[in-house]
Amino acid sequence: MLYGFCVLVLFQLIGEVASNLLHLPLPGPVLGMLLLAAWCVWHRGVDPRLAQVAQGLLGYMGLLFVPAGVGLMLLGPVLRDQGLAMLPVLVLSLVITMAVTALTMKAMLNRHRRKLRNRVLVRRKGKADEH
Amino acid sequence: MNIDAAFASLKAAPLLWLLVTGLAYLLAEKLFRKSGHNPLLHPVLVAIALIIVVLSVARIPYPDYFSGARLLHLLLGPATVALAVPLYDNLQRVRSLLVPLSVSLFVGGVTGIVSALLLGKLFGLSWPVQVSFAPKSVTTPIAMALADKLGGLAPLTANLVIITGILGAIIVVPLMRWLKVTGEIEQGLALGVAAHGVGTARGFQLSTTTGAFSGLAMGLNGVLTSVVLPVILAFWPH
Repeated sequence: MLYGFCVLVLFQLIGEVASNLLHLPLPGPVLGMLLLAAWCVWHRGVDPRLAQVAQGLLGYMGLLFVPAGVGLMLLGPVLRDQGLAMLPVLVLSLVITMAVTALTMKAMLNRHRRKLRNRVLVRRKGKADEH
Repeated sequence: MNIDAAFASLKAAPLLWLLVTGLAYLLAEKLFRKSGHNPLLHPVLVAIALIIVVLSVARIPYPDYFSGARLLHLLLGPATVALAVPLYDNLQRVRSLLVPLSVSLFVGGVTGIVSALLLGKLFGLSWPVQVSFAPKSVTTPIAMALADKLGGLAPLTANLVIITGILGAIIVVPLMRWLKVTGEIEQGLALGVAAHGVGTARGFQLSTTTGAFSGLAMGLNGVLTSVVLPVILAFWPH
């Protein structure tokens, strides 16, 4: 438990320090996440002690947002003035993002499958020509 | 023994608010389970609402609450780093579909940011609120960290992200039917890019493939947005 937790905190600290020293716009914990993912790729696997702690923490991720989320109570004036305008922005942006992602992927997958099929056809044709 | 004095000393104990947060979350989770995982009763939103009610009734200022609940907030950093583990697991899937996935992810992720900024401007939201909206499609810890670093309002972002996820989970099936998108991979990707973890949970209800691709898309969009958003904001006229 403690080993995995120390690894996570260590990567977060490396991320924070690197983000500050190099003036990166990336938040420290996010940079730490990227570095840890790169570390796992490098080592071709996740240490089971780390995996166990990660799973435990991620299972309660929702709880960890709550203290900051309650800070919404300080935003009364912003919500009063702009709350109504926020609703259409949220809904429209969500629908557009979902639709664009799904349609792009559909087009890309069709292209990908066509390519694969052509490759198979070319290979078959090549074999047929050999005979 | 004076009841007021006992109450005052309890209010002064910082651990009280840690306990209240934990209990509110447990109660919210129970409600969520009892409702058959109704996305409208997302435990994070219900817990936040419950605590805001308690604090308002008891007239506790937010900083007093936060100093008690800070221990949980501090764990958000290591938990964000821990997202590397599912990200690594999902990366194994990328290889076979590298080009289609990266193109769709890039187009979808940038659409999420740009549409939020454009619509925000159109509907007259202030700049800090627009910045709080821009990362709303990525997982909460990343979105909050980005909003905080780039001049947004992190508490607003936290709530926007979760509401976005809830709406995404609700509309995905009718929207995909309307667009005539039937593939599990496409649906999973759309859920993950637009609606992060809440969308991924919905994806796993639809099918394992949908959920797996949603999880992958959520992780990669978190990475993409944290790299691209600062660049977009640096050049965005405001």
